[in-house]
Parts: sequence; C-alpha cells; structure tokens
Amino acid sequence: MRWLSDSTVAHLKHVAEWPDLVETKYGVLGEIGRGGMGTIYLAEDRVLGRRVALKVVSTGASDPAAAARMLREARVIARLEHPGIVPVHDAGTLPDGRMFYAMKRVDGRRLDEVALDGGASLPDRLRVFQKVCEAVAFAHAHGVIHRDLKPENVMVGPFGEVLVMDWGVAKVLEEAAEPPLTTGPGAATATSEGTVLGTPAYMAPEQAAGRADRVGPAADVYALGALLHFLLTRRPPFDDEAAGRRARGETSLSPGPVRSAEGPLPPSLVAIAGKAMEAEPAARYSSVEELAADVARHLDGSRVLAHRETPGQKAARIFARYRTPILLIAAYLVMRTLLFFFSRRG
Amino acid sequence: MSKPLFGLVLGGILGIFDGLTAWFTPSVRDQLLTIVLGSTVKGLIAGFAIGYFSKKVDNLALGVVAGLAIGLLLAWGVAAMPSESGKHYYFEIMLPGAIVGAIVGYATQKYHARLSTA
Repeated sequence: MRWLSDSTVAHLKHVAEWPDLVETKYGVLGEIGRGGMGTIYLAEDRVLGRRVALKVVSTGASDPAAAARMLREARVIARLEHPGIVPVHDAGTLPDGRMFYAMKRVDGRRLDEVALDGGASLPDRLRVFQKVCEAVAFAHAHGVIHRDLKPENVMVGPFGEVLVMDWGVAKVLEEAAEPPLTTGPGAATATSEGTVLGTPAYMAPEQAAGRADRVGPAADVYALGALLHFLLTRRPPFDDEAAGRRARGETSLSPGPVRSAEGPLPPSLVAIAGKAMEAEPAARYSSVEELAADVARHLDGSRVLAHRETPGQKAARIFARYRTPILLIAAYLVMRTLLFFFSRRG
Repeated sequence: MSKPLFGLVLGGILGIFDGLTAWFTPSVRDQLLTIVLGSTVKGLIAGFAIGYFSKKVDNLALGVVAGLAIGLLLAWGVAAMPSESGKHYYFEIMLPGAIVGAIVGYATQKYHARLSTA
C-alpha cells in the first residue's frame, strides 16, 4: 500500500528544494526558472525594499564543485558592469549550506518569445541583436567568453532594454586551468552541467567537439551568427535531430538554410549569418564588433562586407537608401522635360 | 557650415542651374541673364529660409514640405510679375521652384553641421 501519492512526493521535493532564507535579508516570493545548476527565485530584499532574482544551487547539485561554479559565475558577472549584462547585487551561502547569488530582477520576455510571437519587425529584431553584440563585445574586452549565447538567454525589457543572461558556462581567458569540455547527448536546448557546456543547436563546431583550448571569442561570434539565423528564420540553425547528432560528436554538420517562411530575406543578412557561422574560426568575423558593424551597415543601407552584391542589388540598395532625393531630382527632370515640350507646342 | 548657410549656398547653386534651363525655351532665351539672376536670388532667399527652418525643426518630412511651400511661395512672387510680353509663366516658374525647394529642404535636414569646438 502506498502512503503518499506521486504528486505529494513531488510537492514535498519541491518544498524541500525551497531555500532556507530565515537568517538572511531575503524572502522568497516564488520560483522564476530552473536550470541544470540552480533554481532562480523571485525574492524580496527586505533591507532595501526591492525585488531581486535569487539564484540558488539545486539540492541535487549541492556538491562543492557546483557551489564553486556558481560563485565563479557570480564573480564573472560582477566584473562585467554593462547595461546589457544583468548586474549581481550580492552573493553568499544560505543557512542550509547552499551557495546563492542575488541579481537584478529582469522584467520582460525572452528573445525567443519576442521573435516567435511575430510582433517585432525585422529591423527591431536586428536592433536587439546589435545590443546583444554590444554586451558580448564588452565581455570579450574584459576577457570573458559567454559560450552559451542563444535566444533563451537574452531578455528584452518593456522599454527596449536588452540583457544577456546565464553566464554559468562563461570562460575567463586569463584562467589557466579549466576542466575540458565534454559533449554528450542532449536536447537541442538543454544546457546540463558535466555533459554539454553550451547548447548544441547554437554552439560552434570547436566547442561542440569539446576542444576547450580552441574555444575563444570566435565561438561567441559563431553563436551570435546562430542567434541571427534564429532571428531571421525564427528557427534554430540546427533542428533537434541535428543538434542531438552534434552533441554526440558529429561536429561537421552544416547549419540549415537561412530561409524564412514569411518571404525572401535580404541577401546581405543571409551572408552575415553565413560568415559568422563559418566552420573555421579564422573564416568568421574577427570580432563581435566587426559582426555588429556589418549588421549596422545593412540597417544603414550601406554595403555589407560579407556580401558581394550584383549590380542589380547594388542599384536597389542605393535607391532604397537615397529614395527621397532620387525621386525629387527625377520629378524635377521629368517636369522640366514636360514643360519644354509644352512650351514648344505653344 | 550652419544649416542656413548650407541652404543659402545650395539654394543659390540650384537657382543658377534652374535659371539656365530657360535656355531650352527659345522664346525667353534672349532674357536668359535676367532669368538666371532672378532665379539665383530666389534660390538664395529660399535656401536661407529653408535652412533656417531646418535648424529649428528636426523632421525630414516637415523639412521637405516646408521647402516645397517656401519654394512655391517665392516662385509665385516671381511668376506674379509679368514678362515683357505681359504673359505670366506660373507653371514654368512655380513647379520647378517648388521641387527645388523640396530638394533643398531634404538636403538641409540631412545635413549635420560639425560641432564647433569654440
């Protein structure tokens, strides 16, 4: 005879997971999300009277390595003070022995939700992408590589603010010793500690191959290219099946075509995503700034470096950029010609 | 160069060009110098006024519309004066004047003067 139902056991497990904040200045208000390493709670800072997000090591992963990894994540974020990177307010150990850190509570939606609901236009999505690039470029300038850039790790606020989240698997370039990356089976969007560091659908081939020594800023350039692919097509560059194969070591797979069901995409943007997602790191953009500059050129109507345009495409781009003065001058010339012929008839 | 000064220069240049197109109309070819001078003065005044408007109002669409209106108004002032034959050239003067005004309006809105370090 069973004394407790499955749902009761699940509830008890959930309650046991709830962090013990009795001797802290925080009070838990609810759960926001759950990852491989920890759970994020909505909490209230009772001293400052504000709401924060509290990331706590999961009870199932409360070994010293998990605590050290979380502390490292908090320290990585703390050194990156940038409007596009969620700030850390506090870090420490709970009375129950679990490591935690408090960060700004971010109102808004994940980028994948924003892109999939169809409300944001392509230029709007590209402007969000540029802000992500700015934050990642800042991190690179401070020797930090994110290694898990994907739409689910970008938050878009109600006032257009963009925040890059989840720096849990970030690599600090000056840290000499680091455990090697290992790949393993996993869903296209899973980031589980110890198996796959990063997300197979978005990670660079060298990262998917577990070559930690080869993972540098170019890996983030690749992931940003994959992010751009998603923003253009509303699909990840590798579907679940392909991502699973990549996680199992098939790193030579090519990403899916940059095609949208909504209509033809600008060839310059397709070229930008393609260049950022080149298999060889040396063939990609040499920096995130370069990638962002090419996207800015597209938005500005200038020539994109990654794309060799045909004369027709060049003419269309120049006309789109200077439409008003071209139309005004054309109107003037047409009108002058008509007046000339009318005056001859008169 | 400030926006009014830029408008003045551009208006003057386009005014000369606009006046010179009278050469294609044989009936007024003998008055070409007068037409070019009048057109240049009109262009200078319109360009300055449009540039001043652009300095005050930073809006591309409004700038083009204002340029069109100012060009049209000044061209009407010129066209209202009859030629030696007593004929008025309303269409021939006002239509180009308005479009040239719109071009100057667009250009002055797009033109951004360098920040002075003085």
